[in-house]
Amino acid sequence: MGSSSSSLSHIPDGQQLMGETGFSAAHLLRLHERFELLDKDSRGHLRPEDFEEIRELTENPVGGRIIGAFFPPEKETLDFPSFVRILAHFRPTGKNRSRDRTQPEPANSRTGKLKFAFKLYDQDRDGKISRDELLQVLRAMLGLQVTEEQLQSIAERAIQEADLNSDGAISFDEFKKSLEKVDIEHKMSIRFLK
Amino acid sequence: MVDPLSVAAAAFQLWALVVVFFIVLPAMFGVSLGVSGVYIQILVRILQWATVRIQRGRHEQPGAATPSTGIIEHSGGSMEEELEQLRLSRRPEAGEFTLSDVIYFCQKGLESIVEDQVTQRFSSEELASWNLLTRTNQNFQYISLRLTVFWVLGVLVRYGVLLPLRVALAVIGLWWLVMGTSVVGFLPESSVKNWLSELVHLTCYRICARGLSATIHYHDKENRPRKGGICVANHTTPIDVVILANDGCYAMVGQIHGGLMGVIQRSMLRSCPHIWFERSEMKDRHAVTSRLRAHVCDKNKLPILIFPEGTCVNNTSVLMFKKGSFEIGGTIHPVAIKYDPRFGDAFWNSSKYNMVSYLLRMMSSWAIVVNVWYLPPMTIQEGEDAAHFASRVKSAIARRGGLLDLAWDGGLKRGKVKDCFREEQQKMYSSIVVQNGSQPPGAIRAPHEDE
Repeated sequence: MGSSSSSLSHIPDGQQLMGETGFSAAHLLRLHERFELLDKDSRGHLRPEDFEEIRELTENPVGGRIIGAFFPPEKETLDFPSFVRILAHFRPTGKNRSRDRTQPEPANSRTGKLKFAFKLYDQDRDGKISRDELLQVLRAMLGLQVTEEQLQSIAERAIQEADLNSDGAISFDEFKKSLEKVDIEHKMSIRFLK
Repeated sequence: MVDPLSVAAAAFQLWALVVVFFIVLPAMFGVSLGVSGVYIQILVRILQWATVRIQRGRHEQPGAATPSTGIIEHSGGSMEEELEQLRLSRRPEAGEFTLSDVIYFCQKGLESIVEDQVTQRFSSEELASWNLLTRTNQNFQYISLRLTVFWVLGVLVRYGVLLPLRVALAVIGLWWLVMGTSVVGFLPESSVKNWLSELVHLTCYRICARGLSATIHYHDKENRPRKGGICVANHTTPIDVVILANDGCYAMVGQIHGGLMGVIQRSMLRSCPHIWFERSEMKDRHAVTSRLRAHVCDKNKLPILIFPEGTCVNNTSVLMFKKGSFEIGGTIHPVAIKYDPRFGDAFWNSSKYNMVSYLLRMMSSWAIVVNVWYLPPMTIQEGEDAAHFASRVKSAIARRGGLLDLAWDGGLKRGKVKDCFREEQQKMYSSIVVQNGSQPPGAIRAPHEDE
């Protein structure tokens, strides 16, 4: 079969993707296999339907939003580089090679991961989690199990706790502060088994 | 001088005689000559040998792709444990929602994208070994010369010997069905007619089964569906009908087609009442249900055969049963069908193959080995709704057949992720967030009281 770099040649721009995302060649190959497995009709790209076939994802209350994170509003197809770039957010932190300040913040840094989580709330991408957006997420996570009043009160409480400048919405910095003690690096990472 | 044409003609006659006397006639009377049993055993032996060779070959090539049995760590704790850990920093009395809760779901979601516990259900099952058919060869490369030789031999045998034989049998079987049912159709209504019609159907399906080299093992025959009931089974391929009808007579339900299928359907209708719908009628659920109900109420009529999944699945799992079949009433006789994938992939991927090419593939596989389990009859219970009854039956079938019981719908359309599947997760989460219903709905604490 040859060395791993020759099988990496199956993946277009493999080396470049490795540098960009920080995934090792072996992990990139595994992800490529997964991509091809999800791409059942061998189109070379994924569509939202392919994600919807993952049963655990459809059962996940925020599953629809996670799928949305892969497919921004205008795009209906997802090619492998884009797939991997988003998954790069979930690479474990701590093994980052030293980089100079001119390079953009890696996707899997604490801030990168927090940004991903923030986007799950902030659907209209205006940089703030409004009361409505919070309510929507709560509705997704709680469904019909709680009453509308309970939902409202939970949302109200959450905003009051996090909203430091009292503008009625949670900005990214307020979000970051609210989660400052949470072990994001560990809880939002996908670790490959050896 | 021997005329090659007459030699060919004589050979053909001999072959036809062998087919009729050694295959068709015994098939019609349900007698087995034991040839297929021996054939299967030889096949199993050969396939095991091939598997060993491939595994040995793989060990010598360390870089070969292995089926992923688990490539990432999954967060093992329960929802409650994980949420607690996320909230570790929070004040102890806050059993309610925090912004960090979403991270738990986010992590789970991403984990399932990279690797989920449920392998693809709509593509053919990946075999851990190779059954010497190129069509299942997705991960296997050249291993050894001997294996390739065997594969070539296999191709010759399958396409040169087995395929023409099976096509001939299928043609004979279908012809017999059309002729037989038309003839029986002329008789006046009587028990003799019913008996004859059953005989014709049975014999035809037996011939067709031989035409696919199908070896069927029936289990628990005492639970066989009875008249006036509804037989419900998981669906993998249109051949399911042949498999089931080999052991009993059913009233088929379906859409009436044109062409050859239509001819067959119409002639079947002459000898005993099947339920064929026009395409326009299928849209009207009430009309469909009332017709089926009328059939079921008549205790003399044959049991109806329905596949509630509504689509072909690749036989590793059972998808959600459409509840329409369970609203008709009457006794449900569940049946589990499991194909042995070692001998040939029976799944009909209708997006990849049309009916004819699918049948040709079937006829050029090694064989079809099926296990059919008849389950004891079930009826809808007091206060149970059709959807719940449907999932109860589905679980029973999945358990018996060794298939995975999946909760989602084969007809899942894009754009809308169905809410009902998430209820379990939502219930769990809400029990953590809203503790014991003790939170008064309107309570809003004073903000920032201890900052």
